[in-house]
Amino acid sequence: MPRLTLTVNGQAQDLDLPANTLLLDLLREHLDLSGSHRGCDTAQCGACTVLLDGRAVKACNLLAQQANGAAVQTVEGLAPAGGWHPLQRALSRHHGLQCGFCTPGMLMRACAMAQESVPAEPGPVSAALTGNLCRCTGYEGIVSAVCEGLAEMREGADHA
Amino acid sequence: MHDFEYCRPGSVTEVLALLRDGIDAKLLAGGQSLLAAMKLGLMAPARLIDLGGIAALRECREQGGRLLLGAMQTHRELAASAALGAWVPGLATMAGHIADAQVRAMGTVGGSVANADPAACWPAGLLALDASFATDRRELAADDFFTGFFSTALEPDELLCGLRLRRPRRFAYLKIEQPASRFALVGVAVAQLDDGAVRVAVSGTAQGVQRLPAFEAALVRRFEPAALQGLRVDQDLMAGDLHAGPDYRAHLAAVLARRVVHQALEMAR
Repeated sequence: MPRLTLTVNGQAQDLDLPANTLLLDLLREHLDLSGSHRGCDTAQCGACTVLLDGRAVKACNLLAQQANGAAVQTVEGLAPAGGWHPLQRALSRHHGLQCGFCTPGMLMRACAMAQESVPAEPGPVSAALTGNLCRCTGYEGIVSAVCEGLAEMREGADHA
Repeated sequence: MHDFEYCRPGSVTEVLALLRDGIDAKLLAGGQSLLAAMKLGLMAPARLIDLGGIAALRECREQGGRLLLGAMQTHRELAASAALGAWVPGLATMAGHIADAQVRAMGTVGGSVANADPAACWPAGLLALDASFATDRRELAADDFFTGFFSTALEPDELLCGLRLRRPRRFAYLKIEQPASRFALVGVAVAQLDDGAVRVAVSGTAQGVQRLPAFEAALVRRFEPAALQGLRVDQDLMAGDLHAGPDYRAHLAAVLARRVVHQALEMAR
């Protein structure tokens, strides 16, 4: 079985996995990180979105081997210990979730936007979210929350 | 997904050796179409050759009056590429609207054209621009590269290394997406080349990306939307499925052709 080394949420991992293991299965089945969700399993819904070296990707449409040597971040790695990430607080404030199934993917996609110079405005945020589907909320709360969370992330980065 | 042998070679020479030892192999360029097809059981190669480790396939540079795009450059990289943005701004814009951000972060230009999905954007853009397709052994003109429905002129053991682009006078691309899947129902690219030639390419076709010679002839005479008034796209050219019949796709193609000429004129200002 091919050898695989990568970091997940800052922790080094060294694994032997069958070549056909998807990144999503590596996370959920082998590392017990079940926050990344398997929704459609056809790379449409974005519920499995994680960060691969800072870029949002769909973990159901990636071989674990394609992440060899990379830094992967999942929703479990988002919040500081005992606290919440600005995007999580904003989603709560704006009722940006109902069933919550799409939420981890929304959070990770939004997190990547902070580095992509996506303006914290409804139009650009909606366009940047086209790879993430929500079937409960109608998106209004999510878009408002991402705008607010992005602004807060950038403000935090300025003060850091 | 069935199991397979996974290889990650570091050079083009190694890729060619892996393609030639008799094992049924597929090249993994970004995997955004291939892995989906493998999960559905539509493809079951015995070996996957991941091209992600070959730096030479990621280069983007000007060479002899042409811009070279590496086959393994992602849609995301090309959308943000200052070199491509200066050379053919409309093509960088096109790259930035393929699928969604997550797919653009993995999918590559080489993977897209080698797959030759009739709904894909790159084949239409590159066919309109009369791009050259550089492989490990030859250079193919766009007209010779695309040979039909998910078909190209690439030999089973041939590797696409990059694309070469002349700088056009004008170029634009527009598509109409199926709103749920966001796959293009129809896309139209128009290019007015440096010698005045005009090429129009359409996707959403039954036999893979096609040119529209009557539209090109009209635009050579007069490069403006009104020149296309009354011209129709033959519905026999177009694909039909549950999302859109060939007659509707043909209608969309003619509408998009007029709009894309307008767009090309606007962008050049």
